[in-house]
Amino acid sequence: MTLKEKIKNKKFIITAEIGPPKGIDIKPNLDEAILLKDKVDAINVTDSQSAVMRLGSLAVSRLLKEEGIEPIYQLTCRDRNRIALQSDALSAAALGIENILVLTGDHPSRGDHPGAKPVFDLDSVQLISAIKGLESGRDMAGKELKGIPKFCVGAVVNPGADPIEPELIKFEKKIKAGAEFFQTQGVYDAGAFAKFIGQVKHYNTCIIAGIILIKSPDMARFMNKNVAGIFIPDSLIKEVEAAPDKQQKAVEIAARTIKELKGLAQGVHIMSLGWNKLVPQILDKAGL
Amino acid sequence: MIITKQKPIDDILKCLEKVSSVYIVGCTQCATVCKTGGEEEVKKMKEFLESKGKKVIAAEVWDTPCNLLEVKKRARDRKADLEGSGSLLLMSCGDGAHTVVIGTGMPVVPANDTLFLGQSERAGRFNEVCALCGDCTLFITGGYCPNALCPKGLQNGPCGGAKDGKCEVSPDIDCGWLLIYNRLKDTGKLDNMKNLLPPKDHSRAIRPRKIIVDAVKNRK
Ligand code: SF4
Ligand code: SF4
Repeated sequence: MTLKEKIKNKKFIITAEIGPPKGIDIKPNLDEAILLKDKVDAINVTDSQSAVMRLGSLAVSRLLKEEGIEPIYQLTCRDRNRIALQSDALSAAALGIENILVLTGDHPSRGDHPGAKPVFDLDSVQLISAIKGLESGRDMAGKELKGIPKFCVGAVVNPGADPIEPELIKFEKKIKAGAEFFQTQGVYDAGAFAKFIGQVKHYNTCIIAGIILIKSPDMARFMNKNVAGIFIPDSLIKEVEAAPDKQQKAVEIAARTIKELKGLAQGVHIMSLGWNKLVPQILDKAGL
Repeated sequence: MIITKQKPIDDILKCLEKVSSVYIVGCTQCATVCKTGGEEEVKKMKEFLESKGKKVIAAEVWDTPCNLLEVKKRARDRKADLEGSGSLLLMSCGDGAHTVVIGTGMPVVPANDTLFLGQSERAGRFNEVCALCGDCTLFITGGYCPNALCPKGLQNGPCGGAKDGKCEVSPDIDCGWLLIYNRLKDTGKLDNMKNLLPPKDHSRAIRPRKIIVDAVKNRK
């Protein structure tokens, strides 16, 4: 069953994520991904994450596919205008890649090429519409396509956004534009997440809860301070501080959170930040 | 108003490296308000350049360097002095600098960097609130412009990167989309934010832009 079919059939979805390297030495990433091959439904491939230039997400998505792994191709609005974005979506389809996760993308001033021209010709809502348009056989200019692509279009939502209302308004627009599933920002507080689910349940869409491994207390504090919508409770940071084995602690916390979220979300998306080898253990412990 | 900022003085000197006599021109309008080309700044520049061994042929504030007819008139009146200088130093915006190039035929060095179209909040404080997109949608976004106030120019709502109301680009920038959201909410127009807005038509702002006002076009 493809990811699209699993989503439609309300199956519980498990996804992981890899970040392509700066350079072309892709083997370590592929090895990581191969470890997860039968454990997850699909693997996200990030698109020059944090506006740091890296090997392209389309190429790496295709390489995953060649290993028999279903990729989720991340496509940001940051670097490409509407011609390039539609063209890349068609390229994905031609390479057998069905899942596209649409994101706005970080501003280049935050990355390692701060002098780059920010593009953002389309925003995430408009890009979802454009991709759905391709599926109906026409490009944004209304021109007919020769050979019609099929996609499974996803988007992101941040349950911790403050205030939440503008985030919910945009979330609704993404659904109206045709988003079929959502992956969320990292969740650490099941109670707060339950409240969010209460607010969006009536949309009846597929929400895949984000799990970001806590690798160290410093990283947790950094994220609390700098990442929008992330709230790692103090008690959790203290727990990590006290743990002699940080990796085991990360596994334990992630597994515990997943158990709490299982009944709330239609899936989990594990962002391991380089610790993908721990993902099988996490899933085991979480009973997935 | 056009907001300008004086270039680092060393950069200006570098541009004038091969020039021994300079004709300084300021501007009575925007550059005067920005303190980058008024009487005071022009006088200071004259003293500075003289202290660096340059001959300053003239130091004037023109009304205004961006008006081609005015510049041509000046060029006729001040022909000898202009031709006797090695270069003009324009303490105006880039528009003024270019207009003086074509109006006088002389080499021009810009003393300022031209930054943005700005609102004057109060003396010496300027804010960019319009990005000159050529297709104004302020009636949808409550009078707050997403093209100017959001560094990504998003049309359909916030990117999710704002922290404590501040933009992900800098803690010095309020998230433009939260400003829009708050305004629409306060005025009971939140529905404006719920409609899917189409991508901007960038063909409306192909550079260089040019217009001839209808009233002028229709003359005779
Ligand atoms: S929409 Fe913004 S950038 Fe465009 S004209 Fe209006 S204020 Fe200026
Ligand atoms: S944080 Fe707000 S202002 Fe900054 S890029 Fe995102 S939406 Fe735009």
